[in-house]
Amino acid sequence: MRPVTEAELAEAVAGASGPLLVRGGGTRTLGHAVGEVLETGGLSGVELYEPGALTLVVRAGTPVAEVEAVLAGERQRLAFEVPDLRGLLGREGVSTIGGVVAANASGPRRVQVGAARDACLGARFVDGAGMVVKNGGRVMKNVTGYDLVKLMAGSRGTLGVLTEVSFKVQAIPEAEATLVIEGLGDAAGLAALRAALGSPFDVSGAARHSGRSLVRVEGMAGSVAYRVTQLRARLGGDVTVAEGAESAALWREVRDVVPMRDKPGEIWRIVTLPTAAAEIVAQLEGEALWDWGGGLIWLVLPHGKGADLAAAVAGRGHATLVKGQGGPVFPPEAPEVAALVAGLKAKFDPRGILNRGMMG
Amino acid sequence: MQMPEPDAGVLARKARIVGRLRAVLPADAVIDAPEELRVYECDALTAYRCPPLAAVLPRTTEEVSAVLRLCWEEGVPVVPRGSGTSLAGGAMPTADSVILGVARMNRVLAADYDNRFVHVEAGRTNLSVTGAVEAEGFFYAPDPSSQLACAIAGNIAMNSGGAHCLKYGVTTNNLLGVRLVTMDGTVVTLGGPWGEPAGLDLLGVVCGSEGQLGVVTEAWLRILPKPEGARPVLVGFDSNEVAGACVSDIIKAGILPVAIEFMDRPCIRATEAFAKAGYPDCEALLIIEVEGSEAEISEQLARIRQIALAHDPVEFREAEDEDQAKRIWLGRKSAFGAMGQINDYMCLDGTIPVSSLPHVLKRIGELSREFGLDVGNVFHAGDGNMHPLILFNANTPGDLEKCEAFGAEILKLCVEVGGCLTGEHGVGIEKRDLMAVQFSAADMEAQMRVKDVFDPKWLLNPAKVFPLGASAGRRAG
Repeated sequence: MRPVTEAELAEAVAGASGPLLVRGGGTRTLGHAVGEVLETGGLSGVELYEPGALTLVVRAGTPVAEVEAVLAGERQRLAFEVPDLRGLLGREGVSTIGGVVAANASGPRRVQVGAARDACLGARFVDGAGMVVKNGGRVMKNVTGYDLVKLMAGSRGTLGVLTEVSFKVQAIPEAEATLVIEGLGDAAGLAALRAALGSPFDVSGAARHSGRSLVRVEGMAGSVAYRVTQLRARLGGDVTVAEGAESAALWREVRDVVPMRDKPGEIWRIVTLPTAAAEIVAQLEGEALWDWGGGLIWLVLPHGKGADLAAAVAGRGHATLVKGQGGPVFPPEAPEVAALVAGLKAKFDPRGILNRGMMG
Repeated sequence: MQMPEPDAGVLARKARIVGRLRAVLPADAVIDAPEELRVYECDALTAYRCPPLAAVLPRTTEEVSAVLRLCWEEGVPVVPRGSGTSLAGGAMPTADSVILGVARMNRVLAADYDNRFVHVEAGRTNLSVTGAVEAEGFFYAPDPSSQLACAIAGNIAMNSGGAHCLKYGVTTNNLLGVRLVTMDGTVVTLGGPWGEPAGLDLLGVVCGSEGQLGVVTEAWLRILPKPEGARPVLVGFDSNEVAGACVSDIIKAGILPVAIEFMDRPCIRATEAFAKAGYPDCEALLIIEVEGSEAEISEQLARIRQIALAHDPVEFREAEDEDQAKRIWLGRKSAFGAMGQINDYMCLDGTIPVSSLPHVLKRIGELSREFGLDVGNVFHAGDGNMHPLILFNANTPGDLEKCEAFGAEILKLCVEVGGCLTGEHGVGIEKRDLMAVQFSAADMEAQMRVKDVFDPKWLLNPAKVFPLGASAGRRAG
């Protein structure tokens, strides 16, 4: 099914006789849900764009590329840097903005501006009974009623089908530069990232892979030059500086997890404390790409290491299997949290038809 | 303000309930003497008062859990309270309720600079969170104007903002995790110092739920390295439209000041008379603050000057030293006090799209004449969060009601132009009955379902946020 209006979509959900597999472009779907495919790609287009207020309201099925092009026309962007995981996951298709929100997919700039969910000002969605709900709005400060937008972000279509999202957007800064630090081992290279993030120099990216640590600053030209100088003086290792397009290319690689493509084995996405990042990887002897100053690890492991990984991150984060065979994809919740999650699912999707089984 | 009839059964069982509270808490943590309960009869929305059945001041999560469990068993409503600074009546009790104050839970449990978070008990005041980490060069970003007094617990309940959220976001954007006790006494950890949930973002819906889903006893908060410096400029205009256009152009140019504050003529005049900050007598005034090193500040201010001058301001004043910077902020920071000197006032909190600013200010002026009450406007212009201050005389019969009616018209106007009823103060009881202006029955149903899950008996702060008619069936159940 591919409805083209919210009303049609609501009707399709209300009239569904069995499970539905809700899908934007299917480019970042995880988990094992089955059902009749319900695509949101038919709900496409910009509803409202006010560059002077940094707000964009867009239908959920709008391709990410289209959203980015519209924003670029006013020298603006989505601050949270949408990852394109098609190469990593071996998917084809057109990423939709609704899919990005449903997955709360956030790139390297999360360390500075927050996640996708932090940029979401409002949403409209259809719940599992076909009821249309709006929440939040299009203004930056809004505490009117409960924040269901945050709940929907990252819920992967298990509580409702997004039909429209409003975003706070960001101006594209006039300059960017990346310090590329070589000659440090993983522990020291990750410590350099933490030092950069703990400095007053407003770092907008802190990642490490292939033996190099990367630290990004963005802003007005004079300010970028100043901060590069300051950071260079504080961080160890052999530093070279990439500017402009060269810097941007480095961060596209991190954002899209390019170095992990086509690696044999399973790919895990680990969220943890930056100070635990080196040790977790050393313990498991996997190959890693670290982002968010070490708070995010993309780790390649041979099949069957899931239990070791769970033990290594216990009490200091969690791990999701993004590419691999079988096994639970999402980590289990504590029982008291699982009870709340089950309660919410029963309320928002009483028939249990939306992406059944996707998040466990 | 209508509140539900207190439960006669609960009132009749007061002695038994207080006895059970004393059994699970230290002696000094249970208050039931009428004269001592007066403190808890209202929060900063002082127009409405009602002493609670009892108040408790637990010191640990376990004590909070025990209190909630027994109130759940007894069917007693519980009203959580941070520091009682809510302007929306978020901590106002009913006669049959127990106030659960977290003020005694105020320790810093951990400050981790390498991972950039601080772990605190939720009764800790906002400013003292920064106080605990500033020696290491860090700060906690959300800065509501009550930050000296308000508690993190209340900040989380209301998703508090502040003057600097244009750059740093509000509470929800700086909150990593909480320990939450639900009404039946279950202790739940949501999120954690690593900041991203593994599954559903329950933390995201708890933040801003006005104490209706659980009592937050601990929080992990993101801390940020302090910028090297900050400096404000003051720009005066002879029209609101032009001031609004200037704000829009600054934002479009890609400059992100940490704050853009706006004051209109009535407010400027009141402030000048009160604080003598040396503001120009003009229609609209902007205070714009930028951060960074000296060179970075100069670079940004040069760009702002260029944009502002294109709009032909009546004044452009850059702070050349610390003293001048203080004077620029002085008027803004005394605005509420200045208005309070003139008369009683009610402070509103609607948000509007920045583009609607001139229209909304014009309409507020018209309404002011219709209602015969003066109003001054101070607000966070970068994010459209308005704080109209309506002046009235609490001793004149009928004035409060007239003021509330005027306020309701302004809030409806905010919704009509695409904004919302409340940007940072919360709904509480104050805006409860206006919720239907912004939300459909289905929109509210979806929100109330969340409460059904966390608090099936609707005992936690039950008469807030949703119109009483909309929540009636649930509260009775």
